[in-house]
Amino acid sequence: MEIFTPANVSFIMQGFLKTIEISILAIIFSVILGTVLALVKQYCTGKLSIFKWLVSAYIELFRCTPNLLWILFIYFTVKGNDIFISVLAFTIFTSAVMAEIIRGGLNSIPKSQFEAAQSQGFGFFASMRLIILPQTFKTIIPALFSQCTTVIKDSSYLAGINVAEFMFSAKVVMGYTSDLSQVLLLYGFVFALYFVLNFGISLIVRAYQRRVVAA
Amino acid sequence: MLEGLFDPRRWEITLSSMEGFWEGFAFTLQVVIAGLALSLVLGTVLGVFSTTRSRILRGISRVYVEFFQNTPLPVQVFFYYMAGPRVLQAILGAPSPVRLSSFAIGALGVGLYHAAYISEVIRTGIEAVPRGQMEAALSQGFTRVQAYIYIILPQTFKVILPPLCNQALNLVKNTSVLALIAGGDLMYNADNFVSTYGYLQGYIMACVLYFIICFPLALLVQWLEKRSKKRPRAKTIPGITPEPAKEA
Repeated sequence: MEIFTPANVSFIMQGFLKTIEISILAIIFSVILGTVLALVKQYCTGKLSIFKWLVSAYIELFRCTPNLLWILFIYFTVKGNDIFISVLAFTIFTSAVMAEIIRGGLNSIPKSQFEAAQSQGFGFFASMRLIILPQTFKTIIPALFSQCTTVIKDSSYLAGINVAEFMFSAKVVMGYTSDLSQVLLLYGFVFALYFVLNFGISLIVRAYQRRVVAA
Repeated sequence: MLEGLFDPRRWEITLSSMEGFWEGFAFTLQVVIAGLALSLVLGTVLGVFSTTRSRILRGISRVYVEFFQNTPLPVQVFFYYMAGPRVLQAILGAPSPVRLSSFAIGALGVGLYHAAYISEVIRTGIEAVPRGQMEAALSQGFTRVQAYIYIILPQTFKVILPPLCNQALNLVKNTSVLALIAGGDLMYNADNFVSTYGYLQGYIMACVLYFIICFPLALLVQWLEKRSKKRPRAKTIPGITPEPAKEA
């Protein structure tokens, strides 16, 4: 039986769109939350250092436990539609990774930049927003994008909680055939699409790095 | 669902049914050790391949690394699980699909996946060793293979240890992929507990157990990173190296 019918292909491609949708939302939210976490861990000292310890604990907790655990955890505790649950699970997990990436970027900015900003009358938030963070993000773009491919890849864990993303849709279609060649063809299709997406991103990063090194 | 979190009775039941968790914990550790061994061996071989002059070996390494790094681990594991037995049947000409144990799928899955990452770590490590080292070794009569084993690879350790331990940490976390295919690992057993009793405590136990494995590794990574940034100092050997100058 032929399984690459127009209906099946469009069903699988809807899953692919869902994968992309979830990944993009998760990345946007985790960059925002990650930035906040990184700033707290880096600059909350003195009386505020309790926040610094809380954030450090948060980062270590999520760095040392599997992504799938948090997907199942959120699926079990939070009610909502599948996109909301997926994005939430990925955001709490990925923001810890993002925070460490952003902190690495903050550490690479020379101290003189802070001093110069302050001498020009910028307050803390203004100097962060206008001077420090733009430079930080420029230096961490490669790490940031490679984390994006990780999110895209890990979104296939969502097949475990029956979110109709790419892998799950492909599995549903696979259930209609027992012909080995059809199954292999379908897997080939899934691998190829993930590969094109992630390899494309890594090519962009490499081109960017070459440009930065050349400049 | 959070209301039962502080219910002492639920904690009691959770703690009294820990056998499943320990079983999964032991299974996860076994998969980690086998997967780590596989990925270290294969990763080193592929890493060395990518620095040789042979175009074919470099090509093999490149294709392997790009494929495994750019496709998701869960998809790879689903593939081994669903298509693997029948592909093996077709290849080996067996009368029925060749059953793969979940241990084999797990070790193979994370092993092959992380071999790609470890290969990249080894490659950057080798590239950090100055070219003159290889030339010097060859001039002293080492064969290429001997030069890699005795001269080049030992020098890469300091550079590659932090990212290598980081890969080990990720490998531990990624063994949880087995839960997707009913693999009997820690995540799977915890999920089973939660769906049997409906207690959130199961996930918290799993969280604690994963943390017990991974946190020491994370500390090790931090320590190694700090150490690798330090500049090496000359060893003092009494009688051979000159005495350090005394402060006036």
